[in-house]
Amino acid sequence: MPRTSHWIVRRLSHLDGILLLLVLVLLGISLAAVASASGQSPARITGHLINIGLALGVMVVIANVPPHLLSKVGPPLYAAGVVLLIGVALFGEVRNGSRRWLNLGVIAFQPSELLKLALPLMLAWYFQRNEALLRAKQFLAGAALLLVPFLLILRQPDLGTALMIGASGFYLLFFAGLPWKVILGGGVLGAASLPVVWGLLHDYQQRRVLTLLDPSSDPLGAGYHIIQSTIAIGSGGLFGKGWMQGTQTQLDFIPERTTDFIFAVFGEEFGYAGAILLVALYLAIVARGLVIAARAPTLFGRLMAATLSLNLFTYVFVNMGMVSGILPVVGVPLPLMSYGGTALITLLLGIGILMSVASHRQLNKT
Amino acid sequence: MNLATPLKNLDSELARFQGRLKAGAVFVALLAAALLGRAFYLQIMQHEHYIERAESNRISLVPTAPHRGLILDRNGRILAENYSAYTLELTRTKTDDLNATLDEIGKLIEITPGQLRRYRRLLSESHEFETVPLKSKLTDEEVAILAANRYRLPGVEVKARLFRNYQAGPGMAHVLGFVGRINDRDLKRLRETNVERNYKGSAHIGKTGLEQSYEALLHGRTGFDQMETDASGRAVRMLSRIPPVPGKDLRLHLDVELQAVAERAFGDYLGGLVALDPNTGGVLALVSRPGFDPNLFVDGIDPESWKGLNESPERPMVNRVLRGIYPPGSTLKPFMALAGLELGLRRPGDSIVDPGYFSLPNSRHRFRDWKPGGHGVVDLKRSISQSCDTYYYKLAVDMGIDRMHDYLAKFGLGEKTGIDMEGESSGLLPSREWKQRRWKQPWYPGETVIAGIGQGYHLTTPLQLATAAAMLANGGKRIEPRLVQALREPLAQTWQPLPGAVRGQVAIAPAHLALVREGMMDVMRPGGTAAASVAGAPYTVAGKTGTAQVVGIKQGARYDAGRLARVHRDHALFIAYAPAENPTIAVAVMVENGGSGSGTAAPIARAVFDYYLTGKRPGEMKLEAGLANE
Repeated sequence: MPRTSHWIVRRLSHLDGILLLLVLVLLGISLAAVASASGQSPARITGHLINIGLALGVMVVIANVPPHLLSKVGPPLYAAGVVLLIGVALFGEVRNGSRRWLNLGVIAFQPSELLKLALPLMLAWYFQRNEALLRAKQFLAGAALLLVPFLLILRQPDLGTALMIGASGFYLLFFAGLPWKVILGGGVLGAASLPVVWGLLHDYQQRRVLTLLDPSSDPLGAGYHIIQSTIAIGSGGLFGKGWMQGTQTQLDFIPERTTDFIFAVFGEEFGYAGAILLVALYLAIVARGLVIAARAPTLFGRLMAATLSLNLFTYVFVNMGMVSGILPVVGVPLPLMSYGGTALITLLLGIGILMSVASHRQLNKT
Repeated sequence: MNLATPLKNLDSELARFQGRLKAGAVFVALLAAALLGRAFYLQIMQHEHYIERAESNRISLVPTAPHRGLILDRNGRILAENYSAYTLELTRTKTDDLNATLDEIGKLIEITPGQLRRYRRLLSESHEFETVPLKSKLTDEEVAILAANRYRLPGVEVKARLFRNYQAGPGMAHVLGFVGRINDRDLKRLRETNVERNYKGSAHIGKTGLEQSYEALLHGRTGFDQMETDASGRAVRMLSRIPPVPGKDLRLHLDVELQAVAERAFGDYLGGLVALDPNTGGVLALVSRPGFDPNLFVDGIDPESWKGLNESPERPMVNRVLRGIYPPGSTLKPFMALAGLELGLRRPGDSIVDPGYFSLPNSRHRFRDWKPGGHGVVDLKRSISQSCDTYYYKLAVDMGIDRMHDYLAKFGLGEKTGIDMEGESSGLLPSREWKQRRWKQPWYPGETVIAGIGQGYHLTTPLQLATAAAMLANGGKRIEPRLVQALREPLAQTWQPLPGAVRGQVAIAPAHLALVREGMMDVMRPGGTAAASVAGAPYTVAGKTGTAQVVGIKQGARYDAGRLARVHRDHALFIAYAPAENPTIAVAVMVENGGSGSGTAAPIARAVFDYYLTGKRPGEMKLEAGLANE
């Protein structure tokens, strides 16, 4: 028994106290919001609790894996992801007009999910390997590693996921030292090519953007989600209508309210005060992540910690921006808040990596 | 481009990384600021707007249709009432497959082909998200069957609805009119008059007759339940309630028994009759034959019935009393006589010698009297009682068409009477000015001659004739006919009388009026043209017969009713009031193809007078007369 308890304490010692606290507070809020949004459905609440348990388990496991081992997972995971994406392009199932799903007989899943972690891992591994001499060649290679999955996902078509994955790759290149000149030049070039990109967008993608600019142009179709969620958030006011008291939530006006639109539920019931608290919690996680990155002993650790932190907030921004009507509707869940097992596990896997980087400082210092 | 130094300097690498972290932190801070700025805009600045929108999302108003006011006759007999019944209704957009659903329903309860056709017709007139009735007045058993099978028939509903029922029969159809389903045209009018909101929840609206004319009073005020509803429109709970206010009840001047007596007196004939109280203008009876069953229209008429009514040569949908226009014929003579006296063209003692025709100076054309050989010496009284045409040919020429027009206009001829029912025709009172305007032609002297006996361009409605007759009865008071006598607020016990309306008073010298009335009484006395029709009546009648030509008779030819097909026979006219000394009822009767006024129209008026003045029906009257003779 003492040996077992000792083992447990050692495993838990790899957890970062601050991150753990922040994550648990957010998950607690998430539980309350999901309970309200689902009309206190026992099935939903139990399901959410199970997801949380599983994801926390994954986080503890990953936190105990040393970063140099994690980095070795990068290349095979990346290779597997790209192969599966090619498989999707050749044999994938079409759902809702796009080819995103791969049916493996037992389960159907979206390989693009895999790339969300595989791409940063791969790039971080690559830059770690070439740490001694980072030149234009390495950055070009990095850009190529980024573009392959990006383009494959883009042509599924899944613009939202492609951009999210592209962003994570870009953050990594950025932290690896991609020159400002290149970044700014790329930005100018990107802005200039916007009209061309617009022409390449699919009809439904153009419509989503247009709907964002004027939701009332399509009040019963795509605009409905945005209209109802902004009404919910706006009607929440400073302190909200109170837990379980949101009329937009309780009377089913908010679509997808336990998953992608959970911020509308939270905003309606807890108001602007709640929104500030939520954003503050996310900022605290990001801040902690950046501190971990700053203290990380290896390039891999630094790049992963910084990239994962910014990535998390990018998800927060895209989701909240969509729900509050400043970004187009893309299927991105709100980190640590939305109901949904896969996304939660992926996220806490990332947090686990952060914790691993934070807790394996001394070990790697040699 | 020198992206990296050949030998890495760890410290400078770390410093650059720290710089990138700071840039990353700034980037995140900017994103967070954008999110909180947006939330501030929505939750603080626009809060009022969004709370309002959330409320209007949440709250819906469910209308409750009011009970329509009842219509009663003068004795309180109910003529139009409401009853509650279950109807089977379908909403097209909610059904999976309309035809399959209809088939399925047909297997459960009986649906006649007529109901199906009516449903399809209503469907074509409705929006596809509207609920349209398939079958009304379901039996309890049918309701139970449908309720049990509802789960597999989406879009099918059984609803309790209020229906209008007219139990007074086809004879009252032209008075009451009917309600029907609100169509696009009705909706447009409701919108234009800003009462659309009051019809939310109402399926029916008055289409013709009193139902149409008194719609605003009969309908009542729609109530609203404020319900909290979810996104799918399902009511969750009631927040507040404004109850509906029923419509007002109407009481008519009309006596439904008198109406039935008049109706029966027509026998097989078609035509119209209107009886007025000459002192108030109250309409005591208003018959237009043929009638129709107004109940057919209440929930949408089936195509066969509609075709039958609409295409019948008898034109049952036309209210002959208000809309039928006929030359007044000889019924115009008392008014012409009065005009002659009042305009100073004839003195009471004046008489003419009638050779049986009249010719204009320098013309060989003979305007014939109806009596070959003429009436001999004719004074004004005799001109009325014998209906002497020659007398009026000459009087008309002496008067001229314009003075004739101006005087007769005082009696409301050629003008809407102002009855409290929509759809009245104005008829036509000809004049030189009218002919120039209408036909761009001058007035010819010969036209004046025939205008003198109510032929030519003259067109009047039976209602105008009755109103004019009432003016002779009441001494020149131009009353507006009124069907509705009083209103009753919902649930109240007392009736509030509706005041009648008087358009003015025609000043008539008493001696002149008395002479004309004498002439009209002589019509009904032995030797008068309509004496037979009032034989044995215990009251006196003043009247005047007339005929309105249906086909023109050639110069030199004779009108022979027996040889003409019935549809080409003249329309028979009769105006009268009684008791002659102190009139309480004035009537105008028009019998289509009735031949002579004395033969067919006057006996109908007699039946009405008998019942109104003595309370006895035609049969009872004769029987009593027979007993008295023994």
